[in-house]
Amino acid sequence: MAGRTLYDKIWESHAVGILPTGQTQLFIGLHLIHEITTAPAFDMLREKGMDVAFPERTFATVDHIVPTDVRTRPFMDAEAEELTQALEKNVKQFGVEFFGIDSANQGIVHVIGPQLGLTQPGMTLACGDSHTSTHGAFGTLAFGIGTSQVRDVLATQTLAMDKLKVRRINVDGTLGTGVYAKDVILSIIRRLGVSGGKGFAYEYGGSVIDKMNMEERMTVCNMSIEGGALVGYVNPDGTTFEYLKGRPHVPTGAAFDRAISYWKSVASDADAKYDDVVKLIGKDIEPTVTWGINPGQAVGITEMLPKPAEYSDPAGATKAYEHMGWQPGAPILGTPINVAFIGSCTNGRLADLRAAAKVAKGRKVQSGIRALVVPGSAEVKKLAEREGLHEVFKEAGFEWREAGCSMCLAMNPDKLNGNEVSASSSNRNFIGRQGSPQGRTLLMSPAMVAAAALNGKVVDVREYQ
Amino acid sequence: MSEIVKITNVTGTAVTIRGNDIDTDRIIPARYLKEVTFARMGEYPFFDERFDGAGNLKPHPLNDPKYKGASLLFVNKNFGCGSSREHAPQALYRYGLNAIVGESFAAIFAGNCTIMGVPAVTVSAGDIEQLMQTVEKDPKTSFNLDIEAKTISFGEQKIAIDLPETYRSALTSGSWDSTALLRANLEQVKKTATKLPYMSNFPG
Ligand code: SF4
Repeated sequence: MAGRTLYDKIWESHAVGILPTGQTQLFIGLHLIHEITTAPAFDMLREKGMDVAFPERTFATVDHIVPTDVRTRPFMDAEAEELTQALEKNVKQFGVEFFGIDSANQGIVHVIGPQLGLTQPGMTLACGDSHTSTHGAFGTLAFGIGTSQVRDVLATQTLAMDKLKVRRINVDGTLGTGVYAKDVILSIIRRLGVSGGKGFAYEYGGSVIDKMNMEERMTVCNMSIEGGALVGYVNPDGTTFEYLKGRPHVPTGAAFDRAISYWKSVASDADAKYDDVVKLIGKDIEPTVTWGINPGQAVGITEMLPKPAEYSDPAGATKAYEHMGWQPGAPILGTPINVAFIGSCTNGRLADLRAAAKVAKGRKVQSGIRALVVPGSAEVKKLAEREGLHEVFKEAGFEWREAGCSMCLAMNPDKLNGNEVSASSSNRNFIGRQGSPQGRTLLMSPAMVAAAALNGKVVDVREYQ
Repeated sequence: MSEIVKITNVTGTAVTIRGNDIDTDRIIPARYLKEVTFARMGEYPFFDERFDGAGNLKPHPLNDPKYKGASLLFVNKNFGCGSSREHAPQALYRYGLNAIVGESFAAIFAGNCTIMGVPAVTVSAGDIEQLMQTVEKDPKTSFNLDIEAKTISFGEQKIAIDLPETYRSALTSGSWDSTALLRANLEQVKKTATKLPYMSNFPG
């Protein structure tokens, strides 16, 4: 019998049974919630007179709508205040642990799960947020769900699910200097398309992924959903265990050793059978920037903008050009920007801030450019300040903010105005995503964003190494 | 207990929204996610494409009186990609669209539709083009989406549709609202949980 993948193993151990519809009832080991997608789920529970089945397996925080500058309550935005209060009421009524605005553990839900050691290998994890795939970096079967599914997890700690196929993505060789995890995932999505992952879980491997630290692996897994894959993961290894050791929710002593043997046992077998295998070569990957309105519309920094006819969906590319206002054949290098945003669950962790600070150190943000650094969590902020990164950024002319989603989706006061162009370390360049219907977003690595901020235009960060 | 609602057919006129990779940020801009309930979502689908900054109507199929009262929505490829926000299918459903026919759907979006009792079914690229042209030529055309038989018919024509068998079964048996189904197995759920080492801090 062929070996099994991590996906197969976790699926089998978490399957409660087969439902009359043919779907599998899957146990959810960890459930994370935030203020945006949960209020109607709790209302549905109340309507049905149900309690939360395993309240100790759900953890809550506020991230999407929280202001990142003035945090005094009530928030200036009455709707943000109301939504926050709804969550506060719900967690209290149903007995769910909550990391509120003043908690040292507050932050973007996908940053705090790993940071607290809540996210562990060999677990299923669901959250009402599509970037839940981030947690797959730990060898966790993690995926985003909608609000009615949040209700189901609350009421039963299970979901009705269909099994996915598994595509192995090998990134072999090594990355060049100035090339980051963000460039790897943007290159994967560019190659396989924004819907290419439909029906698949992505298993990332190969020497480039093996060498990555956990934060880099999280960046890669985070954007699986942008490639259409509900789930993305990396097999757990020594790097994973080292990261987890000593974190608050990770067992200690002999239990930690037993945890390691369980975690090792869930990794894909050497002879595991995959439904598809794709290979990329590390040295072929350049610093990569999106030019259009979906994350697959990306080019290497030295390339020219492609002709619509080069895409499988020329009409989609034409629409992207109409929105962005560029011309095919123009270089991406030198594209002027107005705003620089460093943060989000893709690139708002300590390693990201370090990479950006290294570029910004001793230099100045181009005048007229609005530049923001928003740590992914209160803990990231604290650690960054301990290293003095905040001073580096402030001296360079960046604003240094409190933790939250900020301008990744602009449900808070951080927004683009008019048709401003943003160099952003986030994950989505959709029309309107950063708060202005005419706004334009260029996705890139945090170091590239920092370099763009210094120059007021897109530059090649390799010149700053 | 809520009543069991079996979804076997959706009939009525249709509206077409063309384009691949239409993401949920476009279907419903994030600012409307600040509302505590889904109650008003029906006012917002494609808001920024339907209204300019001053609230004036822009040309959009959902603004076109020809398509008023449509119950089916026809779309292209990878519809509903991006954010998991259930606000997107809620907005379409509360606007009055009870089924979506497209070339393909993003995974979370299709799951959200099903659990709400909204069929999201697929047809070939050629067939969606024919359906779209039919509506654009005659917006009064009435369609019958038959989930049991897996067809969509109009006039003399009948086209095969597809959807995952598990979704079809959930809709037609009335178990799309899955909570009761899942909750009935709570004892089994607890047994599964007990076997997972992390649920009891990795006992020796
Ligand atoms: S940072 Fe952006 S993508 Fe991540 S959870 Fe927040 S809004 Fe979603």
